[in-house]
Amino acid sequence: MARLTKKDVIHVAELSNLKLTDSEIKKFLPQLTKIIEFVGTLSEVDTVNIEPTSQTTGLTNVVREDRVISENMLTQEDYFKVPAILTERT
Amino acid sequence: MKTPLTIKETQEGLKAKKFSAVELVDSYLAQINKYNKEFNIFLTVTEEQAYKKAKEIDRSNFQSPLSGVVVSYKDIFLTKDVRTTAGSKILESYIPPYSATSVNRIEAAGAIPIGKLNCDAFAHGSSGENSDFGVTKNPWNKEYVTGGSSSGPAGAVSANMSLVSLGSDTGGSTRQPANFCNLVGLKPTYGAISRYGVIAMSSSLDTVGTFTHTVGDMEIMYDVLRGEDGFDGNVKNFVKPEIKKRFKLGIAKEYFIDGLDAEVEKMIFEVKKTYEKMGIEVVEISLPHTKYMVPVYYIIQPAEVSSNLGRFDGIRYGNNRNSFGEEAKRRIMLGSYILSAGYYDEYYEKAMKVRTKIINDFDEAFKTVDAIISPVSPTPPFKLGENTKDPLKMYLEDVYTTTANLVGIPSLALPSTFSTSGLPIGFQIMGPRFSEHALFELGRKYHQEIDYKPKIAL
Repeated sequence: MARLTKKDVIHVAELSNLKLTDSEIKKFLPQLTKIIEFVGTLSEVDTVNIEPTSQTTGLTNVVREDRVISENMLTQEDYFKVPAILTERT
Repeated sequence: MKTPLTIKETQEGLKAKKFSAVELVDSYLAQINKYNKEFNIFLTVTEEQAYKKAKEIDRSNFQSPLSGVVVSYKDIFLTKDVRTTAGSKILESYIPPYSATSVNRIEAAGAIPIGKLNCDAFAHGSSGENSDFGVTKNPWNKEYVTGGSSSGPAGAVSANMSLVSLGSDTGGSTRQPANFCNLVGLKPTYGAISRYGVIAMSSSLDTVGTFTHTVGDMEIMYDVLRGEDGFDGNVKNFVKPEIKKRFKLGIAKEYFIDGLDAEVEKMIFEVKKTYEKMGIEVVEISLPHTKYMVPVYYIIQPAEVSSNLGRFDGIRYGNNRNSFGEEAKRRIMLGSYILSAGYYDEYYEKAMKVRTKIINDFDEAFKTVDAIISPVSPTPPFKLGENTKDPLKMYLEDVYTTTANLVGIPSLALPSTFSTSGLPIGFQIMGPRFSEHALFELGRKYHQEIDYKPKIAL
């Protein structure tokens, strides 16, 4: 397992759009290192041929019916006609 | 006046004109005014709204399931025109344009909303100490935490500032504070109660939690809250099943780990004895992946947190990302790291696979037992500041509670007794998906047997 470096913390903060102070970086580095090491213990579990779980309901493709909410909505071919929100450049 | 501690007594009192709904509101508000400064439970008190609704209730015949029940909400439930902060400075002045489904359902059933409650910011925490608006103190002893993240909801009901409250439970955030404050707390089946209008933390784990003094009240609340609303695609309607006459319970041998407090362990054996005395069989079972609950949870949850909190960009809602507190920053970064190129398979994919194995353990267990008894927290309530220096130590608080969220099953936390230092301790019962009504029956039986009486701290 890769060890977390100060460069990683700065990179991850950038990915997260967070601006960290130097003292925050100093504080987070050992804390995040410890947490990542801890969660890394999962590597000892045998997961060969195990499917990942991303949800527990078993439901798929739950959709609600599309409804036109305004009676004034006009259709044109397969599209809805709505009032213009942009005007032509003059 | 002395306010009643159950829904039934509240409604009987209203019907018999022993007191009015307006007088109930007077009484809860007096309690809030007296103690809120000291315990930091409410962030917003909706006095005007409460009196308006109370007057409506006083003109009614009290026939709705929650007529006259005074309720308060964790501040992650959107409430139309009432400030909703999620306990974070990011949203310190955010006014939602609509209300959560659960808020609408509870109020349509006659409940009187009295205010919005403190919590760990964005529901990140197991002690209430991560709120950007200051820590909530435990009404049973103000040197101790209420637990978290639903710190305010547990504080409000145990300090008698409202009869019931709504919280949320992503990894124990309802059950642990309920236990630390001597209350009944429910984490429902994932997909039983709509989360529409509840600020999202970790979408594959988040559920709406409820706090009450008794199991009977919990059942009433649950039946009001549950069912499809057309806005949360995970929610499924179901018919209340017939409750079995004979139950068989299990306790996992893997629960007795280092770090389990001796008093909590003793209480679990007392609970076992109590059920056996009632003729309910309790057997030892095995949940081999118990030790991986917290690692799996602290991969999946921060990953989803980093995604859900991406929406707080300072443009659409509230302040910019510099206003995130320390714990939110920590979880966002953890999530971003776990999901970043090169680490996704090692952490996120792996955690999702181990989650499958955990679910298989429970499917196996529920072939032989109807429900599983477990501690909620490995320790009785801890002191303010005791766990704040070491985030990992705080995460380990969640060892028994994250299970129900990862597996998607319901769990009912029940008050049981008090520790030698006078602080509440209790346990939880977990059952298969949509077995809430069976858990209520088991909870009721236990409380009857120990002659449990609701108590308030202040």
